Amino acid sequence: MDASTRDACPARDAGHPAGGVADATPIVRVDGVTMRYANGVSALDGIDLDIPRGRLTTLLGPSGCGKTTLLKIIAGLIPPTAGTVAVNDRIVTGPGPDRALVFQDFALLPWATVLRNVAFGLELRGVPRAEREAIAAKYIRDVGLAGFEHQYPNQLSGGMRQRAGLARALAVDADILMMDEPFSAVDEQMRRKLQEDLLSLLQVEKKTVIFVTHSIEEAVYLSDRIVLLSRRPSRVSAIRDTGIAHDQPPDQIRRDRRYLDTVDEIWDTLKQYLQ
Amino acid sequence: MRQIAPSPPPGTDAAVLPRAALAAPGIATPAAAEGASPLPAPAQARRAGGLGDAAWPWQLASFVLVLAAWEIAGHWPVSLAFPPASRVVAAAAEMALAGDFGRAYAVTLPPLVAGIGIVGITGVALGIAMGLSRAFEWFALPLMVVLQTAPIAAIIPLLTYFYGVSATSKIAAVILLAAPIVVLNSYRGIRNTNASLVDMCRSFLGTRRQQVTKIMLPHASGMIFAGLRLGVSAGFIGVVLAELLISPTGIGDLISYNRSIARYDKMFAAIVSILALATVTLSLLQRLENRLFRPDHAVP
Repeated sequence: MDASTRDACPARDAGHPAGGVADATPIVRVDGVTMRYANGVSALDGIDLDIPRGRLTTLLGPSGCGKTTLLKIIAGLIPPTAGTVAVNDRIVTGPGPDRALVFQDFALLPWATVLRNVAFGLELRGVPRAEREAIAAKYIRDVGLAGFEHQYPNQLSGGMRQRAGLARALAVDADILMMDEPFSAVDEQMRRKLQEDLLSLLQVEKKTVIFVTHSIEEAVYLSDRIVLLSRRPSRVSAIRDTGIAHDQPPDQIRRDRRYLDTVDEIWDTLKQYLQ
Repeated sequence: MRQIAPSPPPGTDAAVLPRAALAAPGIATPAAAEGASPLPAPAQARRAGGLGDAAWPWQLASFVLVLAAWEIAGHWPVSLAFPPASRVVAAAAEMALAGDFGRAYAVTLPPLVAGIGIVGITGVALGIAMGLSRAFEWFALPLMVVLQTAPIAAIIPLLTYFYGVSATSKIAAVILLAAPIVVLNSYRGIRNTNASLVDMCRSFLGTRRQQVTKIMLPHASGMIFAGLRLGVSAGFIGVVLAELLISPTGIGDLISYNRSIARYDKMFAAIVSILALATVTLSLLQRLENRLFRPDHAVP
């Protein structure tokens, strides 16, 4: 396990662009996290990882490699078998107000309107109704769902449901937005639109984002940093900073030399796991 | 829009109707073979009534068609014990005017309501407790499974040894028949909570209490109410069985008395009145559920 991590380190240091938004201290430190399930399956094998503040970091790897498990461990939803996660230098023992999740299957309450769903995180924290609905209404507008406040999730398309899921995560104003394959359940065209909208939203919101995906294009398009995970039991196989400026127009990024090169390089690395 | 159609959780419809149908052959012994088949269909047509704009003409058509078939079959002398629909309707009107139904249901309904009330509160509570706690699950689950498969109809006459010929016996019969399905459905409803919604609740710092009240209970409400609807129809069967097998009173007496004096039109009228009452009760329960827990099922 040490070998693969050490291999990754030079890439991490070399690839770091100068003058970025990133603070010197990482916001999340993953230290030796290992996950073995009761049935003996080993998902993660000694993951060491720093997540830079104010950046979008993607966990990328082959299907079933434990990306989502790692995300849930950082979220505090499941305790690791060994190792620790620290957020803002505090050891994670459970979910916290500094992290908000966006779910692959949206996890919206089917019996609640968009407004109540988006305000739900605040509702759980006991924020008074008028206040939380005002906050929710703002984020519903920001994600482009204005006018759908009183619809139920089953009246919305997949893309719109995930916009609601994103608004709910933004509404609790956490430092870290954790997105678990958020766009994998929507169709290709909607996915591109959601990716573009996420980038422009992040220009305003300035969050640290941890993004899980199995799509190389999605990872390169969105990320400042990409963490490549190997097949299960998963280790960090490489870390790449894309160096792409995400404030340029969305379609510009897909024509960017660096975008195309990075996609190719990552594909070359990942191919070896597909045997 | 897909989910707005009146579709109770899977299994509900299939399970309700055979049970409702069971009531008829169990009671209408002589004419069972011919008499039982037309009866469930009107119940089906009305059960779904008023829940969709395009649905009602079809429901009405099915209702009319079955009544017409019944009428024709009745005039075509299948059996003396199978009167045409029109005579049954006339008998029902006559009995209603004479106050027969009023007197019978005044005796039948109190133990039914009491039994359903007890099951509705303690049964749902026990099922929820079983869903939330392993200890409760181990304690009560085998009992409920055994009770569900037990031949209750054979046990009901024994209740007289414990409670005599009394309303208590009837309440016990209603509870015996209704409890297992109500408890088991509530238990499964809680146990099948969407794991992702629970993760969501935890990640947004919901407490265990909030998890139960804001996620698990609304999520299980469909299963719980499906259990209640099945429990209500089981309760109807239980109270009628008790009246037929233990104490000839109430609506059970109306059925067995009219059968013994060969007034089959009145006997069928009594049976149809039970079906109608059960159907109305079930659809009211559905509305109550939508209003309390699932406003998304009620949107046009």
